Amino acid sequence: MNRVLIAEDLYLLRDGLVHLLQAHGFTVVAAVESGPELLKGLIELRPDVSVVDVRLPPTFTDEGLQAALAARAQVPGLPVLVLSQHVEQLYARELLADGSGGIGYLLKDRVFNAGQFVDAVRRVAEGGTAMDPEVIAKLLASNAREEPLAALTPREREVLGAMAEGRSNAAISQRLHLSESAVAKHTASIFAKLGLAPSDDDNRRVLAVLAYLNSR
Amino acid sequence: MRMGRVSVLIALIVVQVPVTVLSLCLLLATFALGLVFLFQPQVRLVRGLAEDTRRMVGEWTGSEIASPYLPEPPPPRPGADGMYRSARTLYRSPRVPAWNDRWKWLITDPATWRDDLWLLLDPLVKVGLLPVLLTVPARGLRLYGLWCELLLSATRASRLASQVTHLNRVRDLAAGSQAAELRRIERDLHDGTQARLVAIGMTLGAADELLDSDPAAARALLGKAREASSDTLTELRRVIRGIHPPVLAERGLADAVRALAMDSALPVSVAVDLAHRPDPPVEAAVYFAVSELLANAARHGGADTATIDIRGAGPDLRVTVADDGLGGADPAKGSGLRGIERRLAAFDGVMAISSPAGGPTNVTLDLRRVLPEHWTLPRLPRWKAALVGFLYLTAWCPLFPQGLVPAVFKVFGVEEKAWFLALYLPPPWQWPVIAFMVTLGVTMYVLALVLPVGHTREPGGTENRPCDGR
Repeated sequence: MNRVLIAEDLYLLRDGLVHLLQAHGFTVVAAVESGPELLKGLIELRPDVSVVDVRLPPTFTDEGLQAALAARAQVPGLPVLVLSQHVEQLYARELLADGSGGIGYLLKDRVFNAGQFVDAVRRVAEGGTAMDPEVIAKLLASNAREEPLAALTPREREVLGAMAEGRSNAAISQRLHLSESAVAKHTASIFAKLGLAPSDDDNRRVLAVLAYLNSR
Repeated sequence: MRMGRVSVLIALIVVQVPVTVLSLCLLLATFALGLVFLFQPQVRLVRGLAEDTRRMVGEWTGSEIASPYLPEPPPPRPGADGMYRSARTLYRSPRVPAWNDRWKWLITDPATWRDDLWLLLDPLVKVGLLPVLLTVPARGLRLYGLWCELLLSATRASRLASQVTHLNRVRDLAAGSQAAELRRIERDLHDGTQARLVAIGMTLGAADELLDSDPAAARALLGKAREASSDTLTELRRVIRGIHPPVLAERGLADAVRALAMDSALPVSVAVDLAHRPDPPVEAAVYFAVSELLANAARHGGADTATIDIRGAGPDLRVTVADDGLGGADPAKGSGLRGIERRLAAFDGVMAISSPAGGPTNVTLDLRRVLPEHWTLPRLPRWKAALVGFLYLTAWCPLFPQGLVPAVFKVFGVEEKAWFLALYLPPPWQWPVIAFMVTLGVTMYVLALVLPVGHTREPGGTENRPCDGR
């Protein structure tokens, strides 16, 4: 589970990512710098996970995102972690639209915290999700006026946010300084209020939440 | 009704004759006695009468007669020393220079003298037209309209002059708003980003010094620097959004507006119907306008929902932003709406606001002739494109050399057979074959024309999926 492909056009950042991931036990199978190369690499090499910059040559628009979406259309669930200088609900919704896991969407700044970033790459490689807190905040904000979400307590909304970012119960309890059983209680209550079927599988649970937010 | 108009025209002579006499007296006083201050009232008097006639005749004939006057001179501006300059004299107050400017403006405008000429001759023309006016009023009025157009309508020079004034104003607005933008960006970068980077550099320096003596403290400083760089990026992202939002650069207007709608506090539905992406400056102006209007709706309007509609009609672009809020939007009050007007002015765009107290608010932006008019090949599946190409390449053969030309040969009894297939056949078969060839050729051309229909507005070009951006 550690063959990784990197797509980033800035040499310094690409090199930094390669070193960072190699230092954490990943094998970099390819480090590409343009959209067409990326799509070819994704389809042919089938990396366990890829780290992709949204804006790539030749058009310097959303080349990376389009390549990732195209590859996932061909190979459903192909794990891709998308990095960007800015996060947009629009892009997040497009990435989440197919409802399969193995997707990540983070601000480039998150690379600063190596531990958390590598954690996110691993999570995506294992079929989980890693959504940027900023995106989740936006998704939650645009749903805030809706009935079931408005009924959540502030604590539950915090838990929901952390869960939507793709974190496991253990990680949530650590971040919010709660016991794991308290987190489990909160999640059960959230699922009941949102009318979602409860699940023990972390990934499936996160996908349910994201699908819920995305459907609005 | 026509007779009513005719009697109005005749009655006007009663006004025109005294005005003409008065004008002559005033002009005489101006130029013979040097009473120059009488010139302006005279011009004003005549212009008033001429303007009324223009409006009246324009309404009657249905073809508008544009005012031909050169634009008024701008008020004099003081120099660096606070003095006002007129030719080679300096004045303390702007009164004399302003008067001089107006004098020059009125006396050099050909329209002034054309008006006078018209005033002098008009009663005569009316009297001359009287028989026609009384017997065939419709034709008489039309003739009178032509006469008025001859002397009262705008000349080429005056049209160009007013266009130049308009363009000058637009250029000043555009340059002004651009300069203001740049100043704002400079301030943001200077006060925000630059200051933060200095702080990061200092923190890193301090960490460097502490690295040997107190590694723990150095580590803490490094953590701080990292945090600060993260904050700087957030700040920079905000600045970039203000300059040119990344989504707009990456996806174009339609998706950028959708992203805007998703981030809005209101539920916003978006409909976009554009065949092609507008030019980047137009996209940016529309984006920022929509962004401002949406923010207004969420902030002051007390709205529950909003709709955005962007559509192109040929080269014209029309954007409608509507919300069901309290209304009462007024450009005179909000600097934001003013900003939109300034931005649009660069493209000769106009904004129409309908926002009665109590709502709803409906803002329409009209930008004429801003969309590129593409002559595009319709997007066809490959086999169809190949078929159409083949049809165009070969259809001439049955139609002309094998169809129409042998027909002409046969009609005129030319003996030559050349390579005309039909002429080698036995006579009874010749006409049917020629008819078949012509039909075949025509059918092929028609097919080539008809096949691409229905593919001219393929997805990717047209976008019209309402998006519930919530």
